[in-house]
Amino acid sequence: MWLIMTALAGVIATAIWYVKAPEDKYKLGLLSLFFWGATLMWLVDHVMAYVTEGGEFLEINLDATLLGVAVIVFALFVWEIVLVVNDPKGALRKALRG
Amino acid sequence: MACFLVPMGEAIVTTVVQKVVENKEKKVGGERTKKVGLSWSQRLSWLNKLLWGGTALLALEHVWHGEVVPWPPFLTAMENPADVGPMLREMATIGVAMAITVTAIWGIMILVAELKAKAAMPKVKESLVRGGV
Repeated sequence: MWLIMTALAGVIATAIWYVKAPEDKYKLGLLSLFFWGATLMWLVDHVMAYVTEGGEFLEINLDATLLGVAVIVFALFVWEIVLVVNDPKGALRKALRG
Repeated sequence: MACFLVPMGEAIVTTVVQKVVENKEKKVGGERTKKVGLSWSQRLSWLNKLLWGGTALLALEHVWHGEVVPWPPFLTAMENPADVGPMLREMATIGVAMAITVTAIWGIMILVAELKAKAAMPKVKESLVRGGV
């Protein structure tokens, strides 16, 4: 389930990045690549597990859904830290100056 | 178990390479005019973002499943000698496959971006000529 949710987050982040492109003031390109990197890795993991061990390709249960939510929240959290540190709008700098 | 350590290892190497390339480009930048398309530091930054993003989110998944813990030896598979072999096998198969897939997709992204940049170049030259520049 977390694979599908991360892929969906990647699709949405990429669409929003494209609307604003080529400008990338808020580093949506970074967020998109974060989601796509994880999606690719989990896709490989799921395919290899399915080929070698069989069973269900996707885990669809509450735990897997909560993990999907946690993954998206964590990615957004990392992105926001990068955004605040870089402060492209200068908001933090202005706030600190008072 | 610890498959994400392979892409993480690659990410560490490519991050160092990107920093070195970036410094070289800055030095050369003043002497030469910028060529069309992406610079190598830009290309490598895409790969680093894919690898670090994937590594971070997979690390969270491993914490969630209790395969990674915040105390030594950090990987629960390391606590039992019988689990070390399967862990290394998983890293050699799934981990390497992850790193190869991400790098291959990145290669395709770069190829497409370069082809697009080259295709756009004659149009830019044409508009410059028409503009009388």
